[in-house]
Amino acid sequence: MLYREVGQYKTSYRADQALFPILQDRIGIAVILLLAFVGVPLTASSFTIDSILIPVLVLALAATGLNLLTGYTGLLSLGTGGFMGVGAFACYKLTTLFPGVNIIILILCSGFFAAAVGTVFGLPSLRIKGFYLAVATLAAQFFLSWCFIRIPWLYNYNVSASIEVPTKTLFGLAVTGPTSSPVTRYLIVLSIVAFLTLVAANLVRGRIGRTWMAVRDMDLAAELIGIRLYQTKLLAFAVSSFYCGVAGAIMVFLWLGNAESESFNINQSFLILFMVIIGGLGSLLGSFLGAALIWGLPIVLRAAPAFFGVNIRSATAEQISFVIVGALIIFFLIVEPYGLARLWQVGKQKLRMWPFPY
Amino acid sequence: MRLKKLVLGAAFAGVVGVSVPVSQAVAEDTLFVPLFTYRTGPFANSGIPIANGMHDYFNMLNARDGGIGGVKVLVQECETGYKNEKGVECYDSVKSKHPLVITPYSTGITLALIPKASVDRIPVFSMAYGLSAAAVGTDFPWIFNPPATYWDGMSIVLKYIAGKEGGLASLKGKKIGYIYFDGGYGLEPIPLLDQFAKEYGFSVTKYPVPPADMQNQSGLWLSVRRDRPDWMIMWGWGAMNPTAVQEAAKTGFAMDHFIGVWWSGSENDARPAGSGAKGYLSLNFNAVGAGYPAIKDVEKYVIAKGNSQTPKDMVGENFYNRGVMNSVIIAEAIRNAQKLTHKKVVDSADVRRGLETLTISDERWKQLGLPGFAAAIHVTCQDHNGHHAAYVQQWDGRKWVKVSDWLTPMEDKVLPLLYSAANDYVSKNQPWPKRTEACDDKTL
Amino acid sequence: MTHLLYGIFIDPFVQMAAAPDLLVQTLWEGLVSGVLYALIALGFVLIFKASGVFNFAQGIMVVFSALTLVGLNEHGVPAYLALALTIVVMLVLAIAVERVILRPLVNQPDIILFMATFGLTYFLIGLGELIFGGDPKIMISDQLRLPSGSYRIPVFGGYVQMQKIDIAATIIASLMVATLAVLFNRTRIGRALRAVADSHKAALSVGISLEQIWVIVWFAAGIVALATGIMWGARSNVSFALEIIALKALPVLILGGFTSIPGAIIGGIIIGVGEKFGEFYWGPLLGSGIESWLAYVIALVFLLFRPQGLFGERIIERL
Repeated sequence: MLYREVGQYKTSYRADQALFPILQDRIGIAVILLLAFVGVPLTASSFTIDSILIPVLVLALAATGLNLLTGYTGLLSLGTGGFMGVGAFACYKLTTLFPGVNIIILILCSGFFAAAVGTVFGLPSLRIKGFYLAVATLAAQFFLSWCFIRIPWLYNYNVSASIEVPTKTLFGLAVTGPTSSPVTRYLIVLSIVAFLTLVAANLVRGRIGRTWMAVRDMDLAAELIGIRLYQTKLLAFAVSSFYCGVAGAIMVFLWLGNAESESFNINQSFLILFMVIIGGLGSLLGSFLGAALIWGLPIVLRAAPAFFGVNIRSATAEQISFVIVGALIIFFLIVEPYGLARLWQVGKQKLRMWPFPY
Repeated sequence: MRLKKLVLGAAFAGVVGVSVPVSQAVAEDTLFVPLFTYRTGPFANSGIPIANGMHDYFNMLNARDGGIGGVKVLVQECETGYKNEKGVECYDSVKSKHPLVITPYSTGITLALIPKASVDRIPVFSMAYGLSAAAVGTDFPWIFNPPATYWDGMSIVLKYIAGKEGGLASLKGKKIGYIYFDGGYGLEPIPLLDQFAKEYGFSVTKYPVPPADMQNQSGLWLSVRRDRPDWMIMWGWGAMNPTAVQEAAKTGFAMDHFIGVWWSGSENDARPAGSGAKGYLSLNFNAVGAGYPAIKDVEKYVIAKGNSQTPKDMVGENFYNRGVMNSVIIAEAIRNAQKLTHKKVVDSADVRRGLETLTISDERWKQLGLPGFAAAIHVTCQDHNGHHAAYVQQWDGRKWVKVSDWLTPMEDKVLPLLYSAANDYVSKNQPWPKRTEACDDKTL
Repeated sequence: MTHLLYGIFIDPFVQMAAAPDLLVQTLWEGLVSGVLYALIALGFVLIFKASGVFNFAQGIMVVFSALTLVGLNEHGVPAYLALALTIVVMLVLAIAVERVILRPLVNQPDIILFMATFGLTYFLIGLGELIFGGDPKIMISDQLRLPSGSYRIPVFGGYVQMQKIDIAATIIASLMVATLAVLFNRTRIGRALRAVADSHKAALSVGISLEQIWVIVWFAAGIVALATGIMWGARSNVSFALEIIALKALPVLILGGFTSIPGAIIGGIIIGVGEKFGEFYWGPLLGSGIESWLAYVIALVFLLFRPQGLFGERIIERL
């Protein structure tokens, strides 16, 4: 009853190809954006913003990047952490080289460096496929981590080999560094993530996205219908790394405030891949759902004992949360191998039928 | 059906998630000391005994004296797994509960918290780890890292080596190998080492151990065999330590010429190598052994009562005692703060003042039931470290034995480096807040 | 520039000629670590061959089995009984994996199964730490009568040091490979395994029980993991950090091909020797510590010429 698409007539191709052709979707997105931009800053505590919302947004952005590559183009990559690191270190160098420039512009620019590096490591993708490619991207991961520590120029020769985020202001308001308020940082992260997600949504429904999906579904056939495989795959690597790079820069500048080579290690890559698969391959919504689940679940599990008044040691809680997260991943995969996004689709289908399911 | 269950589950999880920050208010009349620990992950071998020591001492104070100055200490562990994100999350989760002091127990987490804590006005106590430059109190009023910095440690190691070789002058032409954890922690001492090498004419060969290859060092030790260094110095942590000791023994390197920093001197580091580790040296700044009245009290009030996760034979081990020392310093700082402010329930700003006026003389160590446990500690407004002495211990196959006197660091070499590093940090992180906190005079 | 060229093309070979004993030693160390990498890779290959699952949990199975062994021994179980019990535990694990993960996920895309083994990894990390604690344990090599000490063999005016445990590891690894080869090629189960590897459907249609085969391969991989755990544990200690080592098996895998047992062995040796040679002779040029990525680059270079790995089945693509 509530979710009825019937009767929403389109009279032009333009309207039919709109980003959100259905009225309910438009309303839904508007409500979510309103909540995120207005509701959250008014109500959420600084812990919720700093430790839950910002991380989820940052990781969702990285997951979106990986999803463009793995979910839409079918190229498995385990170098996400390394590409995020490129973005972070590039942004750090840019802030020291151009201290006067608006930090948001620098964050977006650092994505281009990640894109360049990503393209280079995407070169073997024409010959190597599947898990072989995944392991090949591990070379990128380990080589980049090594560079982040062995090239002192990248971290301005700091004795601690880590990058520290200086305080930057925008219109007189501190946006990075310890004095910035969580709400400010949250709003900036949200704006960037929302903007880039919109770009991604448009990319995947346009010509580029369609060539990516053609390559994913069968690259030989795609080649036969005139898609240039190499360009398409490299473009996917570039765009994906751009997103990861921006996510890495945000992670350091607007979330953690400091990073070292180890912040972008192999576990980071695996974590992002987790989110993409649990969320749903080939779904932008899935990237967000996956990030929220994988990041939120351990926090909930850790808080749960105290919430129910049970006293468990923090290490034990951590171990139990590992067990439960592991079990839940398996559970989710069994119940719905196509990810949370698929669940949402099924839910929508049910809503269409409601209240008369058959 | 499945869907319904899932949706319900997700909704429930959401509800719990949203209500997380509300739960757990800290009672007003306690002293809240969060401990960032890691009992899980690849660094647990170093992390567990330290966590136990820190925890047990506070529990003992609560059981024996009813806390500090009559106020109970509320200890809460937060598991970081030695991961920076987790550490920052731990910090954010305790921040609103008015912690008196933060002990990150990881160089990476310390670096992440230094700017934050300075703004939130919570002192960070990183006992001989973290950012060495933070010892400069005028630039880092909220950060404390007594009893010694890594640079102090390196200068003590070189002093010890010089002592064995017959004076600093006879280091000329010697070859020193430096094997280190390839991260901020292991990289920090290098400028000092290089400077000494230039000054005294010895050569330094560096062997970095990547974090992913902590247990795979055979290639590096082959290089050691080729390069034949006269001495090996190690800055290792976690699983890297026992592997290095074993590989050294395997290569046939003279173990009494292999010396680790104070974080490479746990029993867990030497024991797996069996008899091969005999002779291995490491720095230390706390005594080893359970024969101290205060530690006896820990056994009596905490461990015998079953209020601890510590296995009986771990008490008195090096890192356990290190944890105890960490807690002793915090407890003393709180006591100091109580004296300064004449309040029972102090806050984090008071504890900062307490740390800044901290003096634990030999006499005081004795009163605490820990005679000769560590060098006398003295922290001032300008000097948040003190650059205290450390000694060298040797593994005899079963336990650590003290084999040197308390050696003082070469402050004349360390301090210039320290000040320039602090300046560097401040200039790179402009605008860095100027110190506004007044200094207490030292007439307590 | 000339200095760099000298460092790359001339100096290492001068060194090799000048100190042949070190050359032999490097070769030996490379061989030993290669064999140990190969052991981990073998676990991957077994499972991939029979079920098409890229088993990421192999690394944690190594840690888990070794921890079980040492943990049981700490609770007073005699060493050999503990070994037997550990094998039983690995069997139980294999059955549980088949029941809980593989059976419901049959016929799903590879990446989903890959992901499920990630879940298994998390689960086993948590469970292992919950039961045995996060503190490292010392491998009970004495009780298991594993040799300790080393031989010092004089060669070329220098000497080569060979750890007895390393020699034992090489022998045990070779024995395991030989056993597996016999199992695969000469027995009824082996034939069934190969049939399953070729085609699940065809194997099912001729009456081979997929479930049974899966339990068998996971159990075999569990035993391989146990052997690996004992060997690596004896070289340093048994702790969760060992899990990271398992990643080293990945370049071995792509080099050898995911489906070839001899490929795993030869790939392991190439990676092991290449890595040690690179670190030892060329590492100082780049500031050392290049082992962490060198293996992957070696594998990558090989892959560019043979995309299916050295011994992988030829990839035939058609529309």
